[in-house]
Amino acid sequence: MLAKRIIPCLDVTDGRVVKGVNFVGLRDAGDPVEIARRYDQQGADELTFLDITASSDNRDLILHIIEAVAEQVFIPLTVGGGVRKVEDVRRLLNAGADKVGINTTAVTRPEVVEEAAGYFGSQAIVVAIDAKRVSAPDAAPCWEVYTHGGRNATGLDAVAWALEMQRRGAGEILLTSMDRDGTRSGFDLALTRAVSDALTIPVIASGGVGKLQDLADGIKLGRADAVLAASIFHFGDHTVGEAKQLMRQQGIEVRL
Amino acid sequence: MRESMSMKIAVIDYGMGNLRSVTHALEHVAPEATIQLSSDPAVIAAADKIVFPGQGAMRDCMRELLARDLRPTVLAAAASKPFLGICVGAQLLFELSEEGGNTPALGLFPGQVRRFEAERMVAADGSRLKVPHMGWNEVWQTRPHPLWEGIADGSRFYFVHSYYMDTPDAALPVGRSDYPFPFTVAVARANIFATQFHPEKSHAAGLQLLKNFVAWDGTVQPAQ
Repeated sequence: MLAKRIIPCLDVTDGRVVKGVNFVGLRDAGDPVEIARRYDQQGADELTFLDITASSDNRDLILHIIEAVAEQVFIPLTVGGGVRKVEDVRRLLNAGADKVGINTTAVTRPEVVEEAAGYFGSQAIVVAIDAKRVSAPDAAPCWEVYTHGGRNATGLDAVAWALEMQRRGAGEILLTSMDRDGTRSGFDLALTRAVSDALTIPVIASGGVGKLQDLADGIKLGRADAVLAASIFHFGDHTVGEAKQLMRQQGIEVRL
Repeated sequence: MRESMSMKIAVIDYGMGNLRSVTHALEHVAPEATIQLSSDPAVIAAADKIVFPGQGAMRDCMRELLARDLRPTVLAAAASKPFLGICVGAQLLFELSEEGGNTPALGLFPGQVRRFEAERMVAADGSRLKVPHMGWNEVWQTRPHPLWEGIADGSRFYFVHSYYMDTPDAALPVGRSDYPFPFTVAVARANIFATQFHPEKSHAAGLQLLKNFVAWDGTVQPAQ
C-alpha cells in the first residue's frame, strides 16, 4: 500500500540553507546541495525548498540550487516562496522542481492556481496554507488563513479555503500551523485533521515538530498523508530513517 | 567513445510538463549516451531508444501531440525500438481515457484509462484514500521482464496520478500495485515497456529500471 511520506524542509535565503544545520561530516553546513544529498541518503521521500530570499536581486539563486540538486537527487522536489505568476512556476519546473508551492498569491490572485494547474497539471501545484486558530479555547475550533509569511490576516476560514484551492486545481495542500511553527510542541492535530478530513487531495502537515512521536501523531491522529519538518532533522537530533522506524513500529506504512 | 558510436536516447518533448527530471536521470545512469530532448521527428527517428513521458491532463497531452504532428513518429518508434512510456506517456498507449470526457488515445494497447472513483477509495481500516494517488507504493512484478532485473519484488516507486490503466489483455501487465484495489502499474509487449510510476523520481529502484532500459535490446526473453 501507499506509504506515508516524510518531507524534510530546507529554508533557503540568498542561495544558502538557513536555520541551524548540524550534520556530522558535512563540509559546508549551509550548502543546499549537500544537505539535500544527505536527506536523500537518509531515505527522505521528497524534499521541500522554501525560498525566503528577501531581495529580488537574489531570487534566481534558487533556480541554480534546484538545477544542481535535480542532477543528483532522484526523488520529488517541491519549491515554494515568492511565486507570484504562472511564469514563476514555469521557471521553477524547468529548473528541475517537480512541484511548486503557492502561498500568498493563492489568496491575492487565486486564478494563478487555476491557470498553473491547468497548464502544468494539478500534480505540479501545491497550495501552502498558513493557518492560525482564532476560536476561543472553549468554542468549536476554527482557523484563519494568513499570508505574507504570517503577517496578514485574510478573514478566510482555513478549511473552506483548502476546499476552494482543491476545487481550483491544487494537487496537494501544505498546511502549516502558525501557532505551532517553531515551538517544537507538535502539530496542531485538530487543524490537520479538520483539513485532511474535508479534502480528497493529500494534505502535508507542517509546523511544530519537536520529537519523532510528533511525526507519527500527525499521521495517526492528524490523518495527514505526509509530514514536513525542518529543525528536528537539521540539528542532527534525528535522522529520517529513525523517524520511519518509529512510525513503522506504530503500524504506519513507510518506505524503508 | 566517439560521439558517433554513442547510443542516442530521445526523450519525446511535446510541450507537456517538466522533462528535466527524465533527462537528468537518464544522464545519470547512462553518462556515455547522448540524451536528446526533442520534438523533431527526424531526431526521434534517428534515436536508438525512445522515452515517451507525459504529465498533466491526458486531453492536453493528446492535443499537443497531434498539434506537433508527432503521432506517426511515436507509433513508428513504438513499433521498432526499445520504447519506455512513463505516466501519461504510458496511458497514451491505450485506446481511450475517461479523463476529459473519454479522450481517444493512440490505441496501441487494448484497454482504457480509468479514474480512481471516490466510492472505491476506502482503505481496509475504513479510512478514505486520497486522489491523486501520490507517493511511494509497492510495485509487484507480475511477470519477469529484463527491465525488472536487479529490482526486488515489492520495491517502492513514486506515483502521482488520478487515473489508472485497465486492460482486458492478460498478457500486457507486468506490474501491479494496490490502492486499495489491485491495478496495473506496468505493461509490456515486445519492444515496449510502460510504467504508471515515475522511475526518474524513484531513487535507487527507479534508476535501476532506467539502467535496465539503457541496456535493453528490446526483446522480451528475461536474462538467464
